[in-house]
Amino acid sequence: MSHSETAGEAPANAYHDQKRHWWWLPLFVAISPVLGIWLQAMTGQGVWLWFTPILWYVALPVADWIVGRDERNPPDAAVPTLEDDNYYRFLVYSTIPLFFITWIVAAWAVATQGYGWVGYLGVTIGVALTNGLALVVGHEIGHKKERYQKRLAQIVLAVPAYGHFSAEHNRGHHKDVATPGDPASARFGESLYAFVLREIPGALGRAWADEKTRLARQNKSVWSTSNELLQSFAITAVLYGTALLLWGWVLIPFIIISTFWGWQFLSTSNYIEHYGLLRQKTETGRYERCKAEHSWNADHLVSNLMLFHLQRHSDHHARPTRCYQALRSDKAPELPSGYPLCFTLAYIPPLWRAIMDKRVLEVYDGDITRVNIQPSKRQAILARHGAAYGA
Amino acid sequence: MSRYRCPGCDYEYDEQQGDPHEGFAAGTLWADIPDDWSCPDCAVRDKEDFEKVVG
Ligand SMILES: [Zn+2]
Repeated sequence: MSHSETAGEAPANAYHDQKRHWWWLPLFVAISPVLGIWLQAMTGQGVWLWFTPILWYVALPVADWIVGRDERNPPDAAVPTLEDDNYYRFLVYSTIPLFFITWIVAAWAVATQGYGWVGYLGVTIGVALTNGLALVVGHEIGHKKERYQKRLAQIVLAVPAYGHFSAEHNRGHHKDVATPGDPASARFGESLYAFVLREIPGALGRAWADEKTRLARQNKSVWSTSNELLQSFAITAVLYGTALLLWGWVLIPFIIISTFWGWQFLSTSNYIEHYGLLRQKTETGRYERCKAEHSWNADHLVSNLMLFHLQRHSDHHARPTRCYQALRSDKAPELPSGYPLCFTLAYIPPLWRAIMDKRVLEVYDGDITRVNIQPSKRQAILARHGAAYGA
Repeated sequence: MSRYRCPGCDYEYDEQQGDPHEGFAAGTLWADIPDDWSCPDCAVRDKEDFEKVVG
């Protein structure tokens, strides 16, 4: 096998994946709200009900800062063995029941344990974050080629009530990524809030339209039982409906906040993953093929382990069917931190733009005309950067 | 009957089998696949990128 070895890469037969045993971390996160509920019951300390939000918004950014980045890649020759190893697949599949358990235990707890609104909110935001992680898992499995894997994605996506994600993401976002027409690629000058309001309805609309087209080719109505969006939404309806029947109206704020905040988790990921990046048009008028430089990469080790390497997003878009454990750190634009801190930066638009706008311009050697710009701000942005950069 | 392969991810469209999930019945010719159709596995490549499988 011809394989050029670069410095620091061991030969394939000697390759040992040092992250191998660390891929249990997402399972811990998936069940962490239950852990918090249990610890609160043991100690009587309400702070445990905020365990998962503190983990995501405080502990992870600090851990990313302390542990830092990891750019190591498996050697090319080791990738097929790594991808065929069932251990990695087993870990991803194992998270699926955990998301259901977490959702059900948390719903029971907020409805019956009399926490008061602070504790109720802590558990609810914790579930929102595990719902976000369920979307990450649905993303990983939904990209795989086997039909049963796509079925598992439909099941896990039912927990965050986002059953249209596979259709939207694979056929929509990956096709249109880093172009102005993609509702899931953020534009230069677009705030997170404007983006969320564009993406969430845009994504649902595109998924529905694509599913309608697919079913029409089978001579079926979009309202048929073969509609894969509706199949997943049906599981959501059973889960949420049963909980409401059992525990009553007290669950309404839990359902609304955890669902919307979970969607926000996905939207914010999408926001930071392609902010400002643009595929250029070729002579034939098509957009150039998606390459590593059309997504932001983050190599921060701890958050990558929590998110099944989602942050190695550049390689993911260049090679979408590659398994998480084999994703590479590619020659790509780099985010300033892992997703947990980037989320908080994105929540404060002036801060985000102060940090990211110059990074976007660096990708294009200061040429603002090659950037994916928010149309409503196009004139002002061109004028400002055109003058500064002579474009 | 021919086969066409996605150069990005090796998905293969076989005219003989079609792709019923995509709504292409067995025997659907490559010429009858819509031009704006993308690879169902990776979506990185479109119909016009596909390569005919020889042999
Ligand atoms: Zn493909």
